[in-house]
Amino acid sequence: MDFPALAEKANEIRETIIKILTNAGTGHPAGALGSADFWTLLYFGGLIKYDAKNPWWEERDRVVLSAGHYCPVLYTVLAEAGFFPKEELMTLRQINSRLQGHPVARCVPGIETSSGPLGQGISQAVGMALAGKMDNKKWKVICFMGDGEQDEGQVWEAYMSASKYKLNNLLIVIDRNNIQIDGHTEDVMPLEPLRDKLQSFGLNVLEIDGHNLEQIEEAFGMAKVNFNKPSVIVLKTIPGKGVDFMENEPSWHGKAPGIGEAVQALNELEEIQTLGGKVIND
Amino acid sequence: MINYNLHLIEDIYNAEKIPMRDGYGNGILEAAKRDGEVVALVADLTDSLKLEAFKKEYPGRFWEMGIQEQNMMGVAAGMAASGKVPFVNSFACFNPGRNWEQLRVAVCLSRNNVKVIGGHSGFGNGVDGTNQQSFEDLAITRVIPNLVVVAPVDSEQARKATIAIAEYIGPVYMRITKPARPVVTSRITPFEIGKAQVMREGKDITLAACGAMVYEALEAAENLKDRVDVEVINVHTIKPMDVQTLVRSVKKTGRIITAEEHSIIGGLGGAVAEVLGEHMPVPMLRMGMKDRFGESGDPGDLLEKYGLSSEEMEKNILKMLD
Repeated sequence: MDFPALAEKANEIRETIIKILTNAGTGHPAGALGSADFWTLLYFGGLIKYDAKNPWWEERDRVVLSAGHYCPVLYTVLAEAGFFPKEELMTLRQINSRLQGHPVARCVPGIETSSGPLGQGISQAVGMALAGKMDNKKWKVICFMGDGEQDEGQVWEAYMSASKYKLNNLLIVIDRNNIQIDGHTEDVMPLEPLRDKLQSFGLNVLEIDGHNLEQIEEAFGMAKVNFNKPSVIVLKTIPGKGVDFMENEPSWHGKAPGIGEAVQALNELEEIQTLGGKVIND
Repeated sequence: MINYNLHLIEDIYNAEKIPMRDGYGNGILEAAKRDGEVVALVADLTDSLKLEAFKKEYPGRFWEMGIQEQNMMGVAAGMAASGKVPFVNSFACFNPGRNWEQLRVAVCLSRNNVKVIGGHSGFGNGVDGTNQQSFEDLAITRVIPNLVVVAPVDSEQARKATIAIAEYIGPVYMRITKPARPVVTSRITPFEIGKAQVMREGKDITLAACGAMVYEALEAAENLKDRVDVEVINVHTIKPMDVQTLVRSVKKTGRIITAEEHSIIGGLGGAVAEVLGEHMPVPMLRMGMKDRFGESGDPGDLLEKYGLSSEEMEKNILKMLD
């Protein structure tokens, strides 16, 4: 796999995120920037099956965005992959646009579920995985969640059921960026020891550097090897990755940059080295 | 006069009493037989919702979700998005009481083909006390876009309604209940979602009811037959409301009473007040739970104590005609 080219692509996606959020004047940059490497590899690194020209192709892998506020990055990769025209990205959050501030199921090609109320996507991913098992389907379900989202009780209900029904066709991805709206996750509502909690709920846990494309690819491979458990990949990421003044700064969870900040951010992104970025907690 | 086009049972005032949930249990079996995609999810209340037979007949399509109403609703939405026709089962106080937001977003906003079954509604959970009873479910479901809301009159209609909602494509909430109550519809009584049924034709006053209150209304009408000509309408679909049938009736009678085992706020009475207020305002009285909680007790005794009996209806009818 051409990791340097993919890293470059992830950076272009970051630039687009900055542009569309600045244009919208509102939105959530930190998580979108922090998870851009993952999303780029997911759609352009051959990790999933999809057909952008036939978005509801029956044999596609189901990508469920549980943390709806990450949609700027998902909309961007979907547009880059050809699900809908890239020009439409500039309508994000505007009236008459199908790109709502939090996604609505099937209103946009490639958007499988409505998300925004946290904790709901993982249950729907469990339902899809169960349906896939009932019908002996080969497609798998990838559910992307935030770490603050783990505060929701429904998430742990869903893990219990995924574990009970041995959903090895379900891959959960948690963006462990340590921030949520009101501050750092460990101040708002402590999650640690997260790995122990996830394991005790019967999940196969893989913790990796969420900016290291090789590690992400390897984790996907290891998740597939486990035959009787759902797997969860904990991506350790830097929120706001690539834009110095946004990195690790909770205030950028849900605030769009102004014009001056956007120019500064775009200048920084042109120089970024995505591979091997430093990761907090390490 | 009884509307014979509906083929109600012959001896209405000696009707056999059967729990509505039995009709549901039979209905979901029939629906599952007709459509291989029908599946059932339950939150630790298999027997209460009469799903033992389904579980035995279709073990691969029965999903025990434990006491997880919120997760259950989301799982059902995911299954529906993958082609299944999931029935989501629990008591109405939890389902949709506990998982309303999941119903709103994962099911209704996404137009997922999920059927939500609220069991033991109204005073159905009588002795278990008021927090297990449900007088709010129609109000909180009726307000959600894309959701059809059904409240069958009896066990036989619950059976037919179950088959009908399985065939209908889109989200549905159906309220059922536990106590054995008179069954007035027959095997050949028609059922169509959204089509209210004029069970008794009259010209002096309209009594629009749902669920068990329809039988009380028929009794009140019969008891007053020498003095007042009462029209009784079974409004088994709360949404979409059959505006045409209601307007036609009150044009004739000029006054209406609504009756439901539910709060007078936001349920059948609320819905009827909304549509008649716009289309045909007439004097109106709402019978139901008057903005209060219930208490422990036998469901029949509770209906009487809280003013949901045929005797109370007779008093209200006479008062309105005074």
